Amino acid sequence: MTTDNSETIMQVDVLVIGGGTAGPMAAVKAKQANPKLNVVLLEKANVKRSGCISMGMDGLNNAVIPGHATPEQYVKEITVANDGIVNQKTVMAYAQKSFDMINLLDSWGVKFEKDETGDYNVKKVHHMGTYVLPMPEGHHMKRILYRQLKKHRVKVINRFMVTRLLTGKHGELAGAVLLNSRTAEIAVIQAKAVILCTGAAGRLGLPSSGYLFGTYENPTNAGDGYALAYHAGAELSGLECYQINPLIKDYNGPACAYVTGPFGGYTANAEGQRFIECDYWSGQMMLEFYRELESGRGPVFLKLDHLAEETIDEIEVILHSNERPSRGRFHERRGNNYRERMVEMHISEIGFCSGHSASGVWVDENARTTVPGIYAAGDLACVPHNYMLGAFVYGAIAGQDAAEYCAGHEFAELDMQQIEMEKARVLAPLQRQDGITPYQMEYKLRRMVNDYLQPPKVTKKMEIGMERFSEIRDDLQYLCASDPHELMRATEMQFILDCAEMAAAASLYRTESRWGLYHYRVDYPQTDDANWYCHVQTIKGDTDQPECFKREIAPYIVELNDEEKGAYSKLRVASTSA
Amino acid sequence: MPLAYTPTNVPVTINADACIADKGCTVCVDVCPLDVLAIDMAKGTAYMKYDECWYCMPCEADCPTNAVTVSIPYLLR
Repeated sequence: MTTDNSETIMQVDVLVIGGGTAGPMAAVKAKQANPKLNVVLLEKANVKRSGCISMGMDGLNNAVIPGHATPEQYVKEITVANDGIVNQKTVMAYAQKSFDMINLLDSWGVKFEKDETGDYNVKKVHHMGTYVLPMPEGHHMKRILYRQLKKHRVKVINRFMVTRLLTGKHGELAGAVLLNSRTAEIAVIQAKAVILCTGAAGRLGLPSSGYLFGTYENPTNAGDGYALAYHAGAELSGLECYQINPLIKDYNGPACAYVTGPFGGYTANAEGQRFIECDYWSGQMMLEFYRELESGRGPVFLKLDHLAEETIDEIEVILHSNERPSRGRFHERRGNNYRERMVEMHISEIGFCSGHSASGVWVDENARTTVPGIYAAGDLACVPHNYMLGAFVYGAIAGQDAAEYCAGHEFAELDMQQIEMEKARVLAPLQRQDGITPYQMEYKLRRMVNDYLQPPKVTKKMEIGMERFSEIRDDLQYLCASDPHELMRATEMQFILDCAEMAAAASLYRTESRWGLYHYRVDYPQTDDANWYCHVQTIKGDTDQPECFKREIAPYIVELNDEEKGAYSKLRVASTSA
Repeated sequence: MPLAYTPTNVPVTINADACIADKGCTVCVDVCPLDVLAIDMAKGTAYMKYDECWYCMPCEADCPTNAVTVSIPYLLR
């Protein structure tokens, strides 16, 4: 590799990073807002099948549809589900635009379940309101998005990942450094705006199977966007509110109670008893799940064996053709027939994901981060419990706002020294003949994440974890990659290390327990509203270490009464409490 | 720090008789989110080069000749 400035430099108005769910929507909406803009959608894999909906999705988990729910009700539900720590404006922006987005997707050809009168057939899964809209034929989602990208002439670049964002003299966005995962080519894009749509940090904890890529999230989502935002100086929020989900044991994919619940399926203990009132994923629900798992009545199962044959047939068609279709194959090998026995469940490894919990890059109701020109949408943007529909809505918001931002801003100047330093950092593992492979280093790092960060959280353990992470950081000088593919993994491994350090810092900072299992601190077991009714923000400090601080919660726009506030603290079925 | 290789049984298998990679087809390689498949130029077939599978199945679903089979990785089975 030469040391001259021979890398490709491209200039684009809006660079969308990540072509899964939020990304294609953001790119299309930026192009619709101003067709003259040069909009590029960058994807680490191939947009045809990338992201966590590569095989589609079986339903919308948070549809706010007139006649079934109101935006105000939804904002209340999420405020309570997230123990009060929400910027309600961001949740409201989603809720108000939710129905229009469903109609847009419907007009694009997404098939939602409708009743005989043509109305959306919404089901109740949440504790309070009714928001789940099945998509039994949701496997065609990516094809529909791809068609829209072509129609709107969005330029797509596949097989490039972003390694760092570049910033200008005033800290604003200037561009991005890219790495090709097949050739190790480095490229630079100068951009007025970027929209981070890189999904969850799904490779943070190690699944109990020990298989590095057997994660709940699509494992290509290594937390790239969290690290990119962090190094660019943006604020992250709620990183101590981990994502932990109830899953099919070993298979490590959803069971999936949102699909089976409306048909009469439920989560049960070994005695076949229901022990939680509501299967909607929240920290409080996960704590009850964890307690049952560890109790004498454990482990926990998905119970369907009491249902009628035709009901189970229908469930099988949905679960074995959408989202994670290899579920059927897994069950077959284990002899798991839904008709005959319950399916063993377990809890997932920890991760960051605002789509399911609240750990994300801080954004306002316009999808803007705290760095001018940088936007975030989808699982990595801190809009609690946003799910797939939230990714579409915030993708659209970000695309439109970024297009407007471009009209009022010039390109920031690129700093050649920043680029040269980044190029040297990224390519270093490829230039070493031997050393430690990215797989070994990642395995060790993620095992340490399990040992020291996984709840129940203990102060001393997290401090020891920090020491281990710091030793792994010292070992980066030995990280070696034998080809461009391994270099991609080596780069991702460094993102995971950033995320692990941020997870520990944020968890240590909040000295109370909140969100059920997500932030259950054994040595601070009580929720302490007097001191911790606030967001915990994480930024990159002056010493290159994560620094945390409190951010006040903006006054609620939808007030809650005391009974509503306590709704998610009463999830255990009374007859099963110890 | 010398390196050693540990052999591993891979979850994605290709039926060489059905695979048409020798005619220029790269569909399974293109659609893999993890980029773990490659074409063996000498044999003219696709194969799993890296054991980094999410058992997500686009490779199998999109193969025009049904040559690809995704199994659950052994550690999870």
